[in-house]
Amino acid sequence: MNALTGGNYTTADGRKIGNTMMEMKNITLRFGGVVAIKDISFDINEGEIRAIIGPNGAGKSSMLNVISGFYNPQEGEVWFHGKKRPQMRPYQVARQGIARTFQNIALFEGMSVLDNVMTGRLTHMKSGMLSQMIWKGKAEKEETENREVVEKVIDFLEIQAIRKTPVGRLPYGLKKRVELARALAAEPKLLLLDEPMAGMNVEEKEDMSRFILDVNDEFGTTIALIEHDMGVVMDLSDRVVVMDYGKKIGDGTPDEVRNNQEVIDAYLGVAHD
Amino acid sequence: MPEQFLFAMEVILNGLMAGVLYALVALGFVLIFKASGIFNYAQGVMALFAALTLVGIMDGQIPFSHIINAIFGTELHHFGWHVPALLAIILTAGVMVVFAWLVQRYIFRHLVNQEPIILFMATIGLAYFLEGVGDLMWGSDIKKLDVGLPQGINDWIDVTTFEAFGYGFFIDNLDISATIVAVFLVAALIMFSQYTKQGRALRAVADDHQAALSVGISLNFIWVLVWSIAGFVALVAGIMWGAKSGVQFSLSLIALKALPVLMLGGFTSIPGAIVGGLIIGVGEKLFEFLIGPMVGGATENWFAYVLALLFLVFRPQGLFGEKIIERV
Ligand SMILES: Nc1ncnc2c1ncn2[C@@H]1O[C@H](COP(=O)(O)OP(=O)(O)O)[C@@H](O)[C@H]1O
Ligand SMILES: [Mg+2]
Repeated sequence: MNALTGGNYTTADGRKIGNTMMEMKNITLRFGGVVAIKDISFDINEGEIRAIIGPNGAGKSSMLNVISGFYNPQEGEVWFHGKKRPQMRPYQVARQGIARTFQNIALFEGMSVLDNVMTGRLTHMKSGMLSQMIWKGKAEKEETENREVVEKVIDFLEIQAIRKTPVGRLPYGLKKRVELARALAAEPKLLLLDEPMAGMNVEEKEDMSRFILDVNDEFGTTIALIEHDMGVVMDLSDRVVVMDYGKKIGDGTPDEVRNNQEVIDAYLGVAHD
Repeated sequence: MPEQFLFAMEVILNGLMAGVLYALVALGFVLIFKASGIFNYAQGVMALFAALTLVGIMDGQIPFSHIINAIFGTELHHFGWHVPALLAIILTAGVMVVFAWLVQRYIFRHLVNQEPIILFMATIGLAYFLEGVGDLMWGSDIKKLDVGLPQGINDWIDVTTFEAFGYGFFIDNLDISATIVAVFLVAALIMFSQYTKQGRALRAVADDHQAALSVGISLNFIWVLVWSIAGFVALVAGIMWGAKSGVQFSLSLIALKALPVLMLGGFTSIPGAIVGGLIIGVGEKLFEFLIGPMVGGATENWFAYVLALLFLVFRPQGLFGEKIIERV
């Protein structure tokens, strides 16, 4: 517990943080004998950037997978917008306005950048098959709207130059950016980023940090992100959850977490890459 | 113009027409394989089953009448009505959608993330099961299928080519209509996959399951959809084959001819399936015409397989597949 739990405050840089959007209650996730998440609770407020940090194997990705419906926890509850969420499949979670990226990039390698980003609009496409095939009226208008959003996202992330390039040919750093573009195209309420800066050089990391801040600032998108690099996390996030061996060992503002003895011992203190 | 050349031209044209059918069956394979990684051995039997169902519905046959009669001692065979071809085709397409749903719900939903070989075995089981069901439902006698497509030699082509070359080409009207239907079918499929929401989702699933889930696509729905489309493609292939040589159980053997087509075209390429089908169709007819007489004929039985074997040795990825480079 800390001063910012429960939300409803204004940050030092003047962004408005709203009510609790998502609440994880006593989540436990096991894979056979391995306990990936042990009885963890935390919340995410509307409009905030929430980081999950911890050493390798701590269970961070597992937590993101629980939020996005890829994993179903054995115990615990997920609350979204004040309602308990029933067990859901990933596509159902996505349709609720939760978009994500993956630690090991999952893109449509055979498609162009533009087509990849366009798939982010699938949850917003409503016209039936027949009207789309005949290609008139409503379907056409919808298509135009979707294209507008996609072009906006492409401009925003500065990937105009590669919009027609097949994704399979892009270097790693750009792939990460395209994956973010696809998630953004869905105009999500909650954006989940699993190590968005992993494997990037310093310059790429700076770009990505700027994009994350801008997304949050300009679109008001709530963001939960996993990051390995402590420095980056401290700069970006409003609040941080610290995990270690499946347990939560810290939760609070970057400053609070930085000064938490357990966190220092378990995570900051130990030498890691 | 030398006669031999004209004969060969005619053979090539006929080969193209035969190739259209191979291409259609191969297309069904490719659709399912791309979307789910399942090599569907049952594709040929699906064509047979669809054709049997179509004939059964058109003739007003009572399904499972053999069993019903055996149990209740009745003598039921026909409802006593005839269903017009178009309506029957729509009803049969509906049956294939139900079939797709059943297959997904009761077989492949339980086999998610299994090894490809296990999925393949499941489709072998499915093939024999479906063949049995087809037999029980509609009986095993050879049936005539006439959906009203024009039949017989095309007089116009015969006369025109005779006037031009002094030799009239014999091209079957049925082959011509089959080709036209196939072209429309492929065009519709391309339109569907490029321009509709479901088509986009289908391409997404074919590319990456995880990514597809993350953009809100239900894999189950897409798999039912793709089996339905494959069922519909099978129906079209079944109609053409059935109209040509009657609906009989040997129809399921065309699935085997689709195998060499796939080896030529690549297992994941739709253009590959089409071009591969045409090459095999033309190749085997031309080979029989040119080389057949020297080796005692009947080369059509094995030509396709030998060609596929050569491809396996020299270009294992097929005509359109990406070059396979072992990662080390
Ligand atoms: N799908 C899975 N099957 C089995 N074990 C898993 C699976 N996903 C994660 N784990 C295990 O759960 C633990 C936490 O992994 P993960 O959430 O990926 O950690 P992090 O993202 O913090 O590095 C690890 O021990 C990992 O091996
Ligand atoms: Mg991870």
